[in-house]
Amino acid sequence: MSVIAEPPRESFRVDMLWNDARYRSTFIQIVALILVLTAVGWIVNNVVGNLARLGKDFNFAFLRAPASYDINQTLIAYTSQSTHARAALVGILNTLLIAVLGCAAATAIGVIAGVLRLSKNWIVARLMTVFVEGFRNVPLLIWILMVMAAVNESLPAPRAATPTLGGALVATNRGVYIPAPVWGDGSWFVVAAFLLSLVAIWFWRRHARLKQEATGEQSPVLAVGLALFFIPSLIVYFITGMPITLEYPELQGFNFRGGIFMRDSLVALWLALSFYTGAFIAENVRGGILSVSHGQTEAAFALGLRPNRTMQLIILPQALRVIIPPLISQYLNLTKNSSLAIAVGYMDVTATLGRITLNQTGRAMESILLLMVFYLCVSLTISSVMNWYNSRVKLVER
Amino acid sequence: MAAAPPHVAYVAERFYDDEAPPPSTVGFTAWLRENLFSSPLNSALTVISVTLLALYLPGLFQWAVTHSVWNASSLRECRAIMDASFGEGVRGACWAVINERFMQLIYGFYPSALRWRPNIAFVLLLIAMIPVLFETMRSLLWIAGGGLAIKAATTVVSLAQGDGFGPLQSPTTYFMVGALVLAYFFGGREHRRKWLILSALFPVIAYFLLWGGAFGLDRVPSSRFGGFLLTMIIGVTGIAASLPIGIALALGRRSDMVFIRSISVMFIEFIRGVPLITLLFVASTLLNYFLPPGTEFDLILRVLIMVTLFASAYMAEVVRGGLAALPKGQYEAADAMGLTYWQSMRLIILPQALKISIPGIVNTFIGLFKDTTLVAVIGLLDPLGLTNPIRADSNWNGIVWELYGFIGFVFFLFCWGMSQYSMFLERKLRAGDRR
Repeated sequence: MSVIAEPPRESFRVDMLWNDARYRSTFIQIVALILVLTAVGWIVNNVVGNLARLGKDFNFAFLRAPASYDINQTLIAYTSQSTHARAALVGILNTLLIAVLGCAAATAIGVIAGVLRLSKNWIVARLMTVFVEGFRNVPLLIWILMVMAAVNESLPAPRAATPTLGGALVATNRGVYIPAPVWGDGSWFVVAAFLLSLVAIWFWRRHARLKQEATGEQSPVLAVGLALFFIPSLIVYFITGMPITLEYPELQGFNFRGGIFMRDSLVALWLALSFYTGAFIAENVRGGILSVSHGQTEAAFALGLRPNRTMQLIILPQALRVIIPPLISQYLNLTKNSSLAIAVGYMDVTATLGRITLNQTGRAMESILLLMVFYLCVSLTISSVMNWYNSRVKLVER
Repeated sequence: MAAAPPHVAYVAERFYDDEAPPPSTVGFTAWLRENLFSSPLNSALTVISVTLLALYLPGLFQWAVTHSVWNASSLRECRAIMDASFGEGVRGACWAVINERFMQLIYGFYPSALRWRPNIAFVLLLIAMIPVLFETMRSLLWIAGGGLAIKAATTVVSLAQGDGFGPLQSPTTYFMVGALVLAYFFGGREHRRKWLILSALFPVIAYFLLWGGAFGLDRVPSSRFGGFLLTMIIGVTGIAASLPIGIALALGRRSDMVFIRSISVMFIEFIRGVPLITLLFVASTLLNYFLPPGTEFDLILRVLIMVTLFASAYMAEVVRGGLAALPKGQYEAADAMGLTYWQSMRLIILPQALKISIPGIVNTFIGLFKDTTLVAVIGLLDPLGLTNPIRADSNWNGIVWELYGFIGFVFFLFCWGMSQYSMFLERKLRAGDRR
């Protein structure tokens, strides 16, 4: 006959805090909490002491004071009489501008280079390898400075510059001029027609998909889509009497007037960031395409799909699942790297808030805090987009 | 009754030799057809590439090699030499600027009489790396021997110019001879532990070698540090310190303890969310606020702390990826064996997880090494920071491509070398997985 003995009840001893699994994790966490609180308290105490010693305080009132410095590239109205907050906003918009431009160009460069690196063409594949390895292994700052030097040293002065592409593009050593759209009366009709046709395309695609799923009949998605994309907008454009025109840059005196002026620093930063990030994206694209096993292609051919349908329906959906997460983190890297703008004098938020405002007001703590909060917001936004995508495309496993 | 033999049109009565394949499928033409002209699109791409190469490559080669000038004391003199020897108005690379400022690009403003100290620190770094990377000290024989060969070569040059045995009589030479002897006698596997002690002590030794201030070594202030010396200091410290901190953070992020996990997550996400430049601004303007009043803290040291923290957060994510990629069975098997947490991590989990993460770890190293150039933005004189004073010098005013090209090339060699080593390591380690 067996007796189930109660385990002897031990009384609590001090060494059980780190020897007994029941208490250990709580004990360690309490110790860590105390250590962290002590460290934070020590730092806060030091900061308070240092601020008091320097006769400073911690407030954000300086943001309302006039900035009294000029910004050479602004997307919104700004004068040197505007406030520091306005200057920071100008900087934020400039950062977002370079981020959007850079992401678009880097994606195009990366996809082309990544696909060409897999090409069967020997010389093209080698060239792309040289391009990718060259850009990936040399610091971005060197590329930015080199492109800036290339713009400043090798392009002609505005007076000697000749417009190319029928006057649409003027490249000078101070920057690049491109045509600017002029929005005349009634141009919002055209914009509205364009937006409506985008909605129509979406509905047409949905209709085509549902019809195919229900009956198996295919509808001409691409042709109708293209027609919807162009024709309604063009018709409205001509009916309303061509309200949107382009303003071309023209030489007046020593400089060009009119059109959109992209300053040398913007051009240099944009090109360098796009090629540098493009090289990384090329590797992601290549890895993504290689990750789809050859059996998938063969199976698709065995089912009788033609090569382009195979690419569209079998390879790309699977490759994109591998490509897009690192692609999004490259976008994040590009946005953070755009802070190197400071090296060529592009006025992004690091240059306005993090440097000039900081130096003029001496508010180092507040300025850097705001700067970091901005970048944290951007990166948290981007990474939540990535998490949403990841959870959407996650393989549903059996 | 015998049936009539079936009508046979042809019977081969002997074996025929193989026909040679058609000329269009073998040899050079076939290779061309296969690799360059397999389709209209490919042919177009080939033509475009070849045209571009033919347009730009010869010019680049001429600029960099045939029309370059290596010995001159100013850009003006360079241009005069080019005009005289290659024809009026022909421009090539004026590598003379690299020639003249080479020592500055390497050491910054480190006193020239004391340059043997960074030299020895560099050799010591190589020595300290060997027991970490390899089983025996055999490679040290090659390194010390190669270093001595370079020394001998410079001595021969110096003798030929009538300058005597100067280069040979430096502390570096004696040091390398010593290292050679030690490696020869104590290079075996059984002595690896003792060499590892040297590796562990290396940071302290290197600090006193570089900054001095003790053991009779003159003090060298941080403001004199620059060039690739500074790049190496920041890069190597960041690489060496970020790996253990990153592993600790990754383990913290996967820990069951809520508080530890949330602290790790907050730290990692914060550091990864902001650009390195803002952290460097913190180092240059804010860090003194966080320390007790009156603390004077060296700028290079502040930058080192920030760069290390930055790289640790990225390293933590790489290691976390490795930890997550391990099959759950490994964790459960370690628990079933009755191993404690640290035993299972040290003996079972980390060796496999780190092996999986090698490409990511090396990529982080490369990124860190490239990011050291950002210290130029806060005014440290790394190679890129040195380009400004050099370009501002009236002798070299107007020089651009030679400086950036040289610095970029050196960075390329380091980073490309690291990535090739990681590929080699991956192949070598994967060999163990084959069954």
